[in-house]
Amino acid sequence: MAKVIEGLYYSESHEFVKVVGNIGYIGITDYAQHALGNVVYVDMPDVDDDIEIDDDFGAIESVKAASDLKAPVSGKVIEVNENLEDEPGLLNKDAYENWIIKVELSDTAELKNLMDAKAYEEFCAE
Amino acid sequence: MIHKFLPHTSEDIQQMLERVGIKNLNELYAEVPESIRFKGDYDLPDTMSELEIRKFFEKLGQKNNKLTCFAGGGVYDHYAPSVINHLLSRSEFLTSYTPYQAEISQGTLHYIFEFQSMMAELTGMDIANASMYEGTTATAEAMMVAFDNAKKADTVLYSETLCKDIIGVLKTYAHFHGIKLEAIKAVDGVTSHADLEARMQEGGVAGVIVQQPNRYGIIEDFTGFADTCHDKKALFIINSVTADLALLKTPKEWNADIAVGDIQSLGLPMGFGGPYAGYMCSTEKLMRKLPGRIVGKTVDSRGQRVFALTLQAREQHIRRQKATSNICSNQSLMALYATIYMSIMGKEGLKEAAQISYDAAHYLCEQLLNSKRVKLVYDKPFFNEFLVHVEDRDKFFNKAIQQGILPGIKVDDDKLLIAVTEKRTKEEIDTLVGLL
Amino acid sequence: MNNKLYGNLIFELSHSGRRAYSLPENQFGHHTLPDFCKREKDAELPECDEMTVVRHYTNHSENNFGVDNGFYPLGSCTMKYNPVINEEVASMASFTDLHPHQPIETVQGALEVEYNIQRALASITGMADVTLNPYAGAHGELTGLMLIASYHQQRGDKKRTKVIVPDSAHGTNPASAAVCGLEIVEVKSTSDGLVDVNDLRPLLGDDIAGMMMTNPNTLGLFEKDIPEIAKLIHECGGLLYYDGANLNPLLGAARPGDMGFDVIHLNLHKTFSTPHGGGGPGAGPVGVCEKLIPFLPKPHVSKTKDGFVIEDSENTEEFSTANIRISGYLGNFLVILRAYTYILTLGKKHIKEVGPFATLSANYIKECLKDDYELPIDTLCKHEFVFDGLKDKSTGVTTMDVAKRLLDYGYHAPTIYFPLLFHEAMMIEPTETESKDTIDGFIEVMHIIAKEARENPELVKGAPYNTPIGRVDDVLAAKHPILTYRQLINDTEESV
Repeated sequence: MAKVIEGLYYSESHEFVKVVGNIGYIGITDYAQHALGNVVYVDMPDVDDDIEIDDDFGAIESVKAASDLKAPVSGKVIEVNENLEDEPGLLNKDAYENWIIKVELSDTAELKNLMDAKAYEEFCAE
Repeated sequence: MIHKFLPHTSEDIQQMLERVGIKNLNELYAEVPESIRFKGDYDLPDTMSELEIRKFFEKLGQKNNKLTCFAGGGVYDHYAPSVINHLLSRSEFLTSYTPYQAEISQGTLHYIFEFQSMMAELTGMDIANASMYEGTTATAEAMMVAFDNAKKADTVLYSETLCKDIIGVLKTYAHFHGIKLEAIKAVDGVTSHADLEARMQEGGVAGVIVQQPNRYGIIEDFTGFADTCHDKKALFIINSVTADLALLKTPKEWNADIAVGDIQSLGLPMGFGGPYAGYMCSTEKLMRKLPGRIVGKTVDSRGQRVFALTLQAREQHIRRQKATSNICSNQSLMALYATIYMSIMGKEGLKEAAQISYDAAHYLCEQLLNSKRVKLVYDKPFFNEFLVHVEDRDKFFNKAIQQGILPGIKVDDDKLLIAVTEKRTKEEIDTLVGLL
Repeated sequence: MNNKLYGNLIFELSHSGRRAYSLPENQFGHHTLPDFCKREKDAELPECDEMTVVRHYTNHSENNFGVDNGFYPLGSCTMKYNPVINEEVASMASFTDLHPHQPIETVQGALEVEYNIQRALASITGMADVTLNPYAGAHGELTGLMLIASYHQQRGDKKRTKVIVPDSAHGTNPASAAVCGLEIVEVKSTSDGLVDVNDLRPLLGDDIAGMMMTNPNTLGLFEKDIPEIAKLIHECGGLLYYDGANLNPLLGAARPGDMGFDVIHLNLHKTFSTPHGGGGPGAGPVGVCEKLIPFLPKPHVSKTKDGFVIEDSENTEEFSTANIRISGYLGNFLVILRAYTYILTLGKKHIKEVGPFATLSANYIKECLKDDYELPIDTLCKHEFVFDGLKDKSTGVTTMDVAKRLLDYGYHAPTIYFPLLFHEAMMIEPTETESKDTIDGFIEVMHIIAKEARENPELVKGAPYNTPIGRVDDVLAAKHPILTYRQLINDTEESV
């Protein structure tokens, strides 16, 4: 059973956003890492890139699958998780702890369209 | 009458039909609408026995003229050690599929790893893929890597000194893939750095493609080219004639991001245009953008060092429309050909063959110029191929053909592009000169 | 596998000072390469004696499994026998030594081969003309789509940018469409495994460039609604593309041209017996209907009263749909020569037996094994069919395990985990060149493996045991890519 954490925002393409002030930490959910299996590579954007909601901002590769990362919110990338460059498998260890990018949110209203923990849990169960 | 490729006896057929629960072979196609069933005969000759096949192709072969080859233009008549065909005919190599089942494909996986290693050595680049179809399409694939690698830039520049076969393929791929393709001018037979710089200033360039030696056989000086590209975040792509890299400054030394080309010059038969194989090598940074198969080292459950297809998440069977390319094969057997060639010739042999080609071409060029009936079109350094004006070119050309010599490739109305390899003897060269 | 010597890479057998080559003495005097273009460091290629090279590759070949070694039921790949006579013909010096830029008067034999096989393939598929230039199946797909796009562009019909692809399609279909700059629209399959015509209808409109289909499809099922699908696509102004990967069962039974396909590609390395060579070279000729002939790639061989000629056109400044170029020359000529040899060896009579025999064998295997293996769509198949793993899944033995266990018994594995419609897909294609004895042997082993899975599942999960190497760590290979010998050396040094 995949882990879901209270207080985060979730997208239908299995990204999460953890919001601290106007900063969003974006990563993939535990459900997503399970589905992908052993992650071997994370393709991340550059710092200072602007990302638009619903656009692809990177990709995650496992041996037998690849999944594009779809931006759940818009914003400017202020940091990427460099640990994932050397150790992409961290996503399998703890997907929530190991966020992928940190963005400065450009429109907090976008968060309203995302699911909360309960809704996401139900969504995954479907 | 039973055919040698079809082992089904009437007894076999009967037993199998019974097991399937149908009465005759026709019922196997019961769901195919009557309107589209094929009832006629194909427009083909009758079955031929092996003896008849041999005769048939011997006769057809006689309609071709085997010529002593001084033609190049991307395809060169280099020497092939006898070991290659001997080993290539091992049917374990010849009749196997793409090495999906690594446990029973280590033969293929080993030589592809060796091929990648050798191509990386020759080009100086960090990595190589398992080979491409051939040189022109490999160049087009490199163009698409540059395009897809750029975030916003939509233009790729190519030098006018690329072989025209390559330019034609680039234009086709660019048109359909939505890439703006623009030429960099050539001045005195070489790519104009000034024109490149001017064009880069306008912005929007994802990649720049040049060729070495170029379409006229000239060795270009790419000093400063990579910086001009990299200043504007464009990839610098060099298409090189593989065999010449034994001596020539490598794509890496010119600071290229991608090295591509055809491996035909590694002793592959000219074969009227194919099969050859292309190569693509790159910096490590572009590893996950490369098209095609890639083999990597790993371990097996018994702790042994083994090789396997890897980085497959780039490929079409996983990424479908988002794959880096639609290519799902490599020219494995041709890669094996080149790998054995490079193993036989080795570090010294490759250099020696390249040096003899270089010397022989320069010797021929000197002899031709001495005749005063031939002039170099461009007075530039060349490798083993050069472009000349020839007086009464067509007369000379036809005379040579009649003597069983292909004296080069005709360019425009009065020029000839002549190539020489280590296979040409002094006698053959002197005969050609004597025809002037 | 003897890792002491034969598991080595050729680089590891290299000793400075050894030679495996001989060249004539240089008679041309030394000419010096200018400094600006000299490479600084030598390429570190191996230095071995000749016998070392011969043994190295001979021994490596023994770690490989080809069609000549045993049964290769690899679905969708049509691993039929690769006739030896093909190789003999393709190694004749009168063909191998031709330069592609020789004057046409000196290559009439080669051009005759190209022209005749163009006509033969046109007749076999029911198309008007054929180009031999594409180098592989996927390259043929791309070429075919370029012709479709050109047809619309040339008519000024610029809105047509979408291509319909069934959800069961080969991965190359959407990938080729994307390379061609087209957008993919997926059409669903019915529970019977066929294109859902009701799902197709609403997708049709004036933005549809065409539709790509494989028939029989990747489940080995004949798309019997093809006349209606062709009608619908043509009515909306689109063109219909045939992925020829599965043509084999139709030899002697049906032709894509008669089904309404406008453009097709063929895999000479599947249907026409040319060897796969460990992944290539193949050849992917493209056939077209009458109205697409003007767009056929250049160069192209045709026949005149004075002999065979190469139709070509000069490169123009701007790209033109009359000058599509997808290859340097006239395709993989020596592969084409092999396919032509095969066609002539079978001749007009026996080539018609290929489809029925391939189809009979596939159905026979399916019927014999469906008690032990899950057959999701139980109907008449064509050249291949798909099982969804073992019927009894309680032991946790997967399709991967069955595939690996097959290797132990001396068979190549089927295609596994494709098509994506089933989780445990196992796609089996026997081809017409396998005898009933071979097929019965395979069936018996598949039963034995099913029994092993019931009685001793761990045995199957640990397979293979009799192969030169065990199961491979794919994760390590992708996580920590070592792609060249130089990287391998550096990596070993680092870890020491």
